[in-house]
Amino acid sequence: MAGLFQKIFKTGIVTESISPEDTGVVHLTGEIQKRTRKLFGRALAIRMVDAGSCNGCELEISALSSPVYDAEQFGIHFVASPRHADMLLVTGPVTRNMEVPLRKTYDAIPAPKLVVAVGDCARTCGVFKDSYAVVGSVDRVVPVDVFVDGCPPEPSDILRGILTALDRLPGKSSHPASPSSR
Amino acid sequence: MNAYLLELAQALISLAVAPLLVGFIGWLKARLQGRRGAPPWQPYFVLRKLFSKEVIVSEHASWLFRFAPYVVFGSGVAVTLLIPLFCVPLPFDAMGDLLMVVYLMLLGTFFLALAGLDPGTAFGGMGASREMTVAAIAEPTIALAIFSLALRAGSTNLGQIVVNTLADPTVALNAGHLLAFVALFVVTLAETGRIPIDNPSTHLELTMIHEAMILEHSGRHLALIEWASGLKLLIFFSLLANLFVPWGVATTLSPVYLLIALPIWIGKLGLLAVVVAVLETRLAKLRLFRVPELLSMSFVLALLAVISSFLLR
Amino acid sequence: MASMFFWIMVLAFGAGTLTALVLGRGALARWSVASLAILGGGAGLGLGAQVILTGTAFSITFPDLLPLAGGLALRLDGLGAFFLVLIGLGAIPSALYGATYTAEYEEGGASMRMMGAMFSLFLATMALVTMADNVLTFLLMWEGMSLTSYYLVTTESSREDTVSAGNWYIAMTHVGLALLLGAFLLLMGGDTAGSFAALRAQADTLSSTVRSAIFLLAFLGFGSKAGIMPLHVWLPRAHPAAPSHVSALMSGVMIKLGIYGLLRFVLDLLGGGPVWWGGLILGIGAVSALLGVLYALMEHDLKRLLAYHSVENIGIILLGIGAGLMFQSYGMMALAALGIIGGLYHTLNHATFKSLLFLGAGAVLHATHTRNMEEMGGLIKKMPWTALFFLIGSAAISAIPPLNGFASEWMVFQSLLGGFKIPVPEVSVVMPIAVGMLALTSGLAAACFVKAFGITFLALPRSEEAEQAHQVSRSMRTGMGALALACVAFGLGPTLIVPRLGQILAGFPGFGGAAHTTFALQTTLVSPAAFGQVSPLFVGIGLVVILALVPLVLHVFRVNFSLRKGETWGCGRVSQTARMEYTATSFAEPLRRVFAEIYRPTRELTVDTHEESRYFIHRMQFRSEIIPWFEKRLYQPLLRFLNFVACQVRRLQAGSAHLYLAYVAVVMILLLLIARWY
Repeated sequence: MAGLFQKIFKTGIVTESISPEDTGVVHLTGEIQKRTRKLFGRALAIRMVDAGSCNGCELEISALSSPVYDAEQFGIHFVASPRHADMLLVTGPVTRNMEVPLRKTYDAIPAPKLVVAVGDCARTCGVFKDSYAVVGSVDRVVPVDVFVDGCPPEPSDILRGILTALDRLPGKSSHPASPSSR
Repeated sequence: MNAYLLELAQALISLAVAPLLVGFIGWLKARLQGRRGAPPWQPYFVLRKLFSKEVIVSEHASWLFRFAPYVVFGSGVAVTLLIPLFCVPLPFDAMGDLLMVVYLMLLGTFFLALAGLDPGTAFGGMGASREMTVAAIAEPTIALAIFSLALRAGSTNLGQIVVNTLADPTVALNAGHLLAFVALFVVTLAETGRIPIDNPSTHLELTMIHEAMILEHSGRHLALIEWASGLKLLIFFSLLANLFVPWGVATTLSPVYLLIALPIWIGKLGLLAVVVAVLETRLAKLRLFRVPELLSMSFVLALLAVISSFLLR
Repeated sequence: MASMFFWIMVLAFGAGTLTALVLGRGALARWSVASLAILGGGAGLGLGAQVILTGTAFSITFPDLLPLAGGLALRLDGLGAFFLVLIGLGAIPSALYGATYTAEYEEGGASMRMMGAMFSLFLATMALVTMADNVLTFLLMWEGMSLTSYYLVTTESSREDTVSAGNWYIAMTHVGLALLLGAFLLLMGGDTAGSFAALRAQADTLSSTVRSAIFLLAFLGFGSKAGIMPLHVWLPRAHPAAPSHVSALMSGVMIKLGIYGLLRFVLDLLGGGPVWWGGLILGIGAVSALLGVLYALMEHDLKRLLAYHSVENIGIILLGIGAGLMFQSYGMMALAALGIIGGLYHTLNHATFKSLLFLGAGAVLHATHTRNMEEMGGLIKKMPWTALFFLIGSAAISAIPPLNGFASEWMVFQSLLGGFKIPVPEVSVVMPIAVGMLALTSGLAAACFVKAFGITFLALPRSEEAEQAHQVSRSMRTGMGALALACVAFGLGPTLIVPRLGQILAGFPGFGGAAHTTFALQTTLVSPAAFGQVSPLFVGIGLVVILALVPLVLHVFRVNFSLRKGETWGCGRVSQTARMEYTATSFAEPLRRVFAEIYRPTRELTVDTHEESRYFIHRMQFRSEIIPWFEKRLYQPLLRFLNFVACQVRRLQAGSAHLYLAYVAVVMILLLLIARWY
């Protein structure tokens, strides 16, 4: 027991700050309502849906809960039920079998809601383009607010994508959205 | 008149402090995990957001589903009016004793479990079944653990227990007290859904106990239920702190004493929060079918505490 | 006034019997029988209430009606009056409910004449049991009660399990009768009149071994009627088999007459006894309570579940009474009064909520034609009022404040905690164990009723019948509604009822003033030496206020109140069917595992594989059964033994008339010789 706590105190806080530079992979599809942004500014619940991805994006997304990226410092946490969620995080080209579940998940989220699509597959179907098994990019199934490019995108880019939807990128915009002080 | 105002203040202060308590434990756990984490006042933002969202109700659910969150919340608030927090004795103390408190909490659990069964999902049924199993063994343990205190202190009214213990501290010094404390602590972890019984931040439905029952709730209903579980945490911590270590609770209504008693109470809550956060970091969650073993152990400890109170007079 | 009530009651029940026999079937017959039963029940209620409120006993005798052993002697004192009130309270809603419920028996082979007649006679004999003042009257009415209820249990005699249930019932009730006869004979000790007054005097002269023997016989005899373990085996068979309004009466009222008999013997006729009497009652009560609820948890037949819960609640009543008797033997009269009054109050409360639950189960049975919970579901939308009343009953039996189950369990808890003051530590240690068992029992009861209400009424219908369910008739709803109202009223106003119970107890030796001053007539219930206080009334008001305030405050803060109907979240699956819901068996499974040592479920798994390869499974069959251990260890060997003895005796029945004549001659000669000798 003592060993564990010694290690904890020796390691300390390892969270890295997110840099404000624009890496060019985040694309906003349209204007998001100011009211919605204000509502989710400090507390956001995300429900992730894998619509047929290779799990490369999932690995990067799971890194968001790690101590290095720590999405929780922005008030973001992942939930199991879409009824508890505010934002839908979709990965993968939407396969035929996942079209209906994806739409149902979107319908199960109470309004107001946001959708962020992660990865090249989500926007352009990536290498699976024109395959018999895919339906098309995510915005053919649900309305998307932000696309994040990359195969897979870095966790910091995914985080930037989410924060763009909330208009909470550090160092930008009218919202003084900074993560909690050390 | 002052005493009644204080009762009202007690309820409002509990409502205000409960989310902070939950957030503090979360913040501490984050720091122990080496990350910055959300600030301790994060649950307030979550509640505000939830109150602004719409509610989606399943087409298979009935009026019970919409009614249950209010019952859970209401019974939690009712209990905060009956327990000693930072001042005793209060006028409502004579209306509800230990048994009333235990069974009011059972009222909340009863309706929450029914609301879990209502939409007809397997997750809800599973959560309700597990929650009732835990509650069936945990509620008696609470009653027994506090009975052992009540017998020594000469009353089952909780405020009266605190008054009598403060008046005669030797009442608090016996082996039965230690057993009862351990039993009540285990039950606190069980009833509030903390590791090692239940993981409050899991997303795997098959590992959930409390969370699984509330998967269908959204918006203001979810906000009320989350607030009520924060209240439950506050209630259990206050019972642990004030019944076993009552020093620091004001016995008169003067503002000076109250101003001292309030921070002492918050301090006790904070200390218990630190203990729970450290335990949650150190321990792993138990397999579901090991949980009844742990709860039975606490039941037996509580029974031993009562028997020792009877025999060692 | 009192004699007017008495005559109305007797004539109403008699008229009811005749009407049933004359009119037979049809709406007129059913409503006439029901109305006369309600009239009789109401008159009984009035009589009992008057005796309790005025404190004067009512007596009437008919020595010429049965010119032996003292004839028919009736006397209603406080204790009997309480149980007569109970009978009235149970009879009125059940009769009202039965007016339309029994219509469904008209198509089958059941005789409506017998059902109506037996129903009225059942009520009449129960009422007269509480008024009996000598041995003959008591036993006659007791046996009449058993026989009439047997006829009612076997109404649907075309079904095999009903006949078997009836056999168990009649056998067990006569075993009980034999034990009672033994007790009475020992107490009478040669005095042929057998009036209760004479028995009271006689009891003081008997030696303590004889008194203890009488106590044991009486406890076992009355206990088998009440349903203590292990003599309860007829309960889970007979109560489900009977028509639901009769089940409500049997469970709510008839088994309480076992408690009446026990109290009459121990408190009144024997006048109290040594500590081990109370201790035995307490112990058996605790075991009955815990095992009753454990077996109830595993049932998925709704009425069997309720029957096992009756066993559990009788256990709770006996906990209170046993504690009270223990205190009495130490002379701690205030606590004794608390214990016995707690037991009596729980008797009253159980009668209300158990009757309510059985009537609700009957409504469900009427609508879905099945007792099996696994085939129900979604009934809250088809039968909203029944669901609401059943919910109130479920909450009451789980001891949820501010309903009546909480108030009486509170009193039983307080009396057990008072055992702290018993001077002998080895004896007093029984009390905390009993407290632990009672606490565990009520926790498990809550879990069981979440299952019972949730699986039956909530979610989606699990079968065709459940989908076609319809609302029940108004008379059935009114009967249930009246009982639900009573549950709420008794829960909010215990301070009005408890002093009356104290008055009843005050008549018995030793109680006197202690019973009167135990409870203050305020809105708070206070236990002796202010050990604990609760006010269910204020808590009830407080809860309602808070429940009303919360939405109001939310509106003030302009919380989003929009709501929309959507699909149930099922991880995105295409549709939801009833097969995806939780079942009753799976709901109880975690508890089944926890208590596996007590249940010892059997498991049979048969796996048929494909003939081509044993890796392809063709069919799997799983069967698990819980046989209560006392049936396996106690009753089955006993029945096998009886069977063996019967087979041996059968050898005497050779079939030849000459042999039988020879038997007659031999026995006659023997009798003449014996008569000559003495």
